[in-house]
Amino acid sequence: MSVAPQGRRLLPVLPHGSGHLAPPQPFPQRARAAVADPQLRANIRRATRTIRDKRAAAVSEVDDWEQLREAGRTIKRRVARHLPELLERFERAATAAGATVHWARDAAEANRIVTDLVRATGSDEVVKVKSMVTQEIELNDALARAGITASETDLAELIVQLDDGEQSHILVPAIHYNRAEIREIFRREMADAPADLTDDPAVLAEAARRHLRRKFLSTRVAISGANFAVADTGSLVVLESEGNGRMCLTLPETLISVVGIEKLVPSFADLEVFLQLLPRSSTAERMNPYTSVWTGSVPGDGPSDVHIVLLDNGRSATLADTVGRQALACIRCSACLNVCPVYERTGGIAYGSVYPGPIGAIISPQLTGIAANKSLPYASSLCGACYEVCPVKIDIPEVLVHLRQSGVDGARDRPSAERTAMRTLSWVMSDQRRYENALRAARISTGPVAALTGRGRRRRPGGPAGSLAHLPWPLSAWTTSRDAPLPARQSFRDWWRARDDRPGRSAAPDPGTPAGPPDPGTPAGPPDPGTPAGPPDPGTPAGPPDPGTPAGPAALGSSAGPAGSGSGRPAPSEEHADE
Amino acid sequence: MSEARAEIMARLRAALRDVPPDETIEDVPVARDYHRDGTGAGPAQLRDLLAERVADYRATVHRCAADDLAGTVGTILAEHRTSTLLVPHDLPEDWHAGYPGTIYRDSANFPYPLATLDATDTVLTGCAVAIAATGTLVLDAGMAQGRRAISLVPDHHVCVVGADQVVGTVPEALARLDPVRPLTFVAGPSATSDIEFDRVEGVHGPRHLDVVLLS
Repeated sequence: MSVAPQGRRLLPVLPHGSGHLAPPQPFPQRARAAVADPQLRANIRRATRTIRDKRAAAVSEVDDWEQLREAGRTIKRRVARHLPELLERFERAATAAGATVHWARDAAEANRIVTDLVRATGSDEVVKVKSMVTQEIELNDALARAGITASETDLAELIVQLDDGEQSHILVPAIHYNRAEIREIFRREMADAPADLTDDPAVLAEAARRHLRRKFLSTRVAISGANFAVADTGSLVVLESEGNGRMCLTLPETLISVVGIEKLVPSFADLEVFLQLLPRSSTAERMNPYTSVWTGSVPGDGPSDVHIVLLDNGRSATLADTVGRQALACIRCSACLNVCPVYERTGGIAYGSVYPGPIGAIISPQLTGIAANKSLPYASSLCGACYEVCPVKIDIPEVLVHLRQSGVDGARDRPSAERTAMRTLSWVMSDQRRYENALRAARISTGPVAALTGRGRRRRPGGPAGSLAHLPWPLSAWTTSRDAPLPARQSFRDWWRARDDRPGRSAAPDPGTPAGPPDPGTPAGPPDPGTPAGPPDPGTPAGPPDPGTPAGPAALGSSAGPAGSGSGRPAPSEEHADE
Repeated sequence: MSEARAEIMARLRAALRDVPPDETIEDVPVARDYHRDGTGAGPAQLRDLLAERVADYRATVHRCAADDLAGTVGTILAEHRTSTLLVPHDLPEDWHAGYPGTIYRDSANFPYPLATLDATDTVLTGCAVAIAATGTLVLDAGMAQGRRAISLVPDHHVCVVGADQVVGTVPEALARLDPVRPLTFVAGPSATSDIEFDRVEGVHGPRHLDVVLLS
């Protein structure tokens, strides 16, 4: 729970962070565009499914994976609880090794420090290693305002930068582009792209190599983040694949690394856990191609002028929440994005933060404060897949619920349409007769609509049949980014009663249930399996079975409905099966 | 600057009021029941595993006795049509006795300019330790390895792994390393997964990696 109210006035203000962390519009509004773009969804679905399977294989190869996860979690817990001391240790060791350590309270301060350091070198050009934290503080924009050109050197970041686009994934910011789109961006924006450029990934990678080679060999200043910072030794660690990281970390004279204060690990030996967890979780490899570890400066080897900017930007405020602070254990592997059903449908840009997906839905609102980022804790189905794959066991669903609660607590005294609707629903559902009457009423009132729309208007290719894309206000809020299923043509209970072939049970209506008018559009038979489950679908009543109904397989199978109904409806497509 | 430091420290201490003041770092238990002491495999098995895992990354693995090193290196360089070879100043000369072409010896005191490294066909180095389970070579700028740039800029890297340099696991490797040396972990040639999450070998680092594993 958050800090006790009576203690609050004793606290200094714990300011939240700023930067590219909160969407300018609520998530559902931003998600609408993504959900309506079949190309974007196809690109993301293809990529995330590829990596999901590979990750599972890479993880299954390690027989102590669960022990490694637990070690990762507990090391990060150690870090969170003793961060001030570890930061002091880190600063002492890094300084002794020849680095200069700077401290930045927020994005603006970090940008100012980095800009001043670049200016002091006399260079107006920098090369960058892919870094989430510099995207978070929008460093490139700040450098541009100071007349400094920042060149991204990671292939995906380069693609996004050339297209003047937005990042959509923690590991692969250009995941929403396919190879054909990347080829077009290169042909359009890369002056030295070869004329015969194809969309073969190897050819595209080769074009990027040629494009960046001169920059690597001539640029005197590089900017990086860090995956880990070792408190005992003052070392920084960067994991990468392409070698652009090594180029930036090794060849320039000046190296400036921006490091979130949560990146610490206590000792060098602790890296043995994270160097196993991170590659398998993120790129599904036993080890990423290149990992660099450097400590201060080394005469004759690498940059001679080494700077480290330690950044708060809302991290201390996050730490104050004893439930939410576990988010600071995140090692940015992106495994949770790749398994998330919401991310798979909306992509990362809808989140409006450099940290998209499930982890972004808990990190971003904590860094900015929930008031500035109300919609992101709802950008989740709470299915728990993210927690299953998290290499440091961050309980993302727990924090999501906690953040939703914080948002609700903040608005508790104000009337809300949602609360009124839920109270009404609770009154209806607490009584069987009221509930069944309500279902009948819903079926009858939507009967004409169902008749008019036939199988329902298809909101998008592959969208569900028997559903509506738009409901009138205030229910339109629900259909902003979802289809509303029409009620089933017949409830399971009605179907059950209508059966006359069961021994010991007649087709006569239950005397306790008032007979409603028969549904004219309902053919006799089992409920339609093609109708997606959803409120107010009566097919899945929670609670005890009807008295007099023997428990059995039929009752257990009620939610799915008997197979082979012969209704002629297509089976639900894979696309909306879990929407 | 120090004002920012003081304020961040004050914020953190305020945020951590739930942590008892007498709790130390060591009081927070860390679970360490993962494998730290390796696989129990013998040296020959570890070398086999390393060879298999390195090859998985589409590096080329060559195995030979220490006596045959010069001949093996000579063959690799001939097949690669290497005409200029870069080596660190302390690389034993008999490692490349089988190579007839031009050799650049790089040292921290007399480093070759980047343009020369860029124009060099092949770099030949040793390593500090190799990790069998992950197919990883670790360079620490120590004996026969040179500064970081030389194993990075040329397009072809030949790395020699001594029989006693192979360990089973990541924890065993880190235990052998000095953290304050500049460390580079190499698992296969440069690669990217940025286009549709398909792995493609060859971007900015060496696109060809030959590993010579001594027995």
